[in-house]
Amino acid sequence: MNHWLTAPILIPLFGGMLQVFMGYAPISLRRTLALTTTVLLLAASIVLLVMADDGSYRAYAFGNWQPPFGIVLVLDRLAALMLVMTSVLALFCHLYSIGGADEGNRQFHALFLFQLLGLNIAFLTGDLFNLFVAFEVLLIASYGLLMHGGGTTRTVPGLHYVVLNLIGSAIFLISVGMIYSVTGTLNMADLADKMADVSDENIHIVKAGGMMLLVVFGLKAAILPLCFWLPRAYAKATAPVAALFAVMTKVGIYAILRVYSLVFGDQAGELSGLGMDWLFPLALITLAMGVIGALGSESLKTLVAWQVIISVGTLLAAMSLGSVEGTSAALFYLLNTTWVVGGLFLVADLISRQRGTAADKIVTAPRMRNRTFLSVLFLIGAVAAAGLPPLSGFFAKLLILQSVTPGPQMAWLWSVILIGGFFSLIAYSRAGSIVFWRNVEGHIEDPGKLSGTVSVAAGALVALSIVIVALAGPISRYTDATAAQLHDSNAYIGILQTPMVGEDE
Amino acid sequence: MELAFALAIGALTASGVYLLLRARTFPVVVGLTLLSYGVNLFLFSSGRLVSGGQPIIGSTAAYSDPLPQALVLTAIVIGFAMTAFVVVLALRNLADNDDDHVDGRQSGTDSKLDSAEEVTGK
Repeated sequence: MNHWLTAPILIPLFGGMLQVFMGYAPISLRRTLALTTTVLLLAASIVLLVMADDGSYRAYAFGNWQPPFGIVLVLDRLAALMLVMTSVLALFCHLYSIGGADEGNRQFHALFLFQLLGLNIAFLTGDLFNLFVAFEVLLIASYGLLMHGGGTTRTVPGLHYVVLNLIGSAIFLISVGMIYSVTGTLNMADLADKMADVSDENIHIVKAGGMMLLVVFGLKAAILPLCFWLPRAYAKATAPVAALFAVMTKVGIYAILRVYSLVFGDQAGELSGLGMDWLFPLALITLAMGVIGALGSESLKTLVAWQVIISVGTLLAAMSLGSVEGTSAALFYLLNTTWVVGGLFLVADLISRQRGTAADKIVTAPRMRNRTFLSVLFLIGAVAAAGLPPLSGFFAKLLILQSVTPGPQMAWLWSVILIGGFFSLIAYSRAGSIVFWRNVEGHIEDPGKLSGTVSVAAGALVALSIVIVALAGPISRYTDATAAQLHDSNAYIGILQTPMVGEDE
Repeated sequence: MELAFALAIGALTASGVYLLLRARTFPVVVGLTLLSYGVNLFLFSSGRLVSGGQPIIGSTAAYSDPLPQALVLTAIVIGFAMTAFVVVLALRNLADNDDDHVDGRQSGTDSKLDSAEEVTGK
């Protein structure tokens, strides 16, 4: 039992509850409290990361119920990595929203913190049904955030997003029911333990349940046949919300990594590696689709939204190799892509504020006021996202390319990633050269001034890709250890033996 | 009992999916509701169907599994909240677009209005 594990859940919960009751307090007070909550969350996540780095599993059993009978939170290296990644992204998005995007809705900060609450539960939980609850918490907050900002353009993408995710929730419940009806447990460690004992007559029910679970996670992660809701929804969302949503697809990827490496891992007998042979081709097609979308996008935000899909494809392709090196490379790429894509959403918003009615459309328009600053940010972001040296995207893609063993898989992965990278480079250079270089005479009536907070937030998030390069050694050591820990599912099952409070002495 | 139960789940899910594929938001909302009824019944049956059983060991000869009941309760609460939200969103869609088509206004008739919205939407 380790009570620190509840900190990333309790901090946004209490911070969010305070915000709910403070809807009519002065906005400066609300902003200060909300930002304090996010900073505290980042501090707690870093404490957990340091704790998890010793390679052991820590569990927190709610109500002191011995797992598998109660709900457990489990902290391992992967969960800690996801927590830190999310809270760093959230801190800068929150900082950006304080630059003015949080006005117009008194509950923006509450929704933002509840979104973080849902994300953190999803990363920490060790129970399949609790994962469903976490998804619902983060989804209902995200429905509110997606609609934030007024205007009528968000209604239709929002409606699609909500209806799709409600169908996803229904499928999630069906698959949980199928798996429970055979195994009689929903604790992930206990499920992993019982998978090998599933009898032959019941094995197809578990298989169907497992595959339906993959559909749900695929919808969250936006894998190809389920990805068409994403570009419109993300491109229409308010900038800090879109940037925070860069982590939402990663929740689906986290869930795939967690459930399929643990429950359907090596120990699962006939069920091991369920669905993984589907994932590799789907991931490559998703990547190709993302590149095609990026080439055809008409606005910067749509371009970045398609970049989200490109990164989902790249991540899943590396993960579905099933090797320790592949998973490690995918985790390294995950850090890079989440922060950079978040930063690019913010930069696109800064650009659109200075271009009057041209907004973020990729068309010629009068000069921007802060052209140099914004173009440098866009250049760094685009280089990191497309994977050119010397920024982090290059190292991440290099690790992914190195992790595959020679064979037909290698041919497919190398060609799709390299050709895809080339075409996404074309998409970025086309967008950048039209927006920054091809200007027309004229002036914009109300050129918005760049405030300190928004430029720091957007700049810092993009500049994290330089930080990743500087710290590449320690980060790749950590991701290597995380991947090794993930592939040893027997150690995770050990949390079932965690002594409860009052019985270990 | 099993056959009637299975038929009920099947009928609810089939009508739910059919309504989900309609082009108006009202049938879609009703479809979501029916689908969640079907799912809740299915989840309930995952603990096996027992008649006259109580969810406490020792109180009767046959006991029923209490966990699916707890799961269904959670799912009902969440589903209810989500339905309320989607109803509000559907009303907002109707108010914003003067039409309850799931894709907003039908394209072709007034694409000019759509592009005007894009600019003034912020």
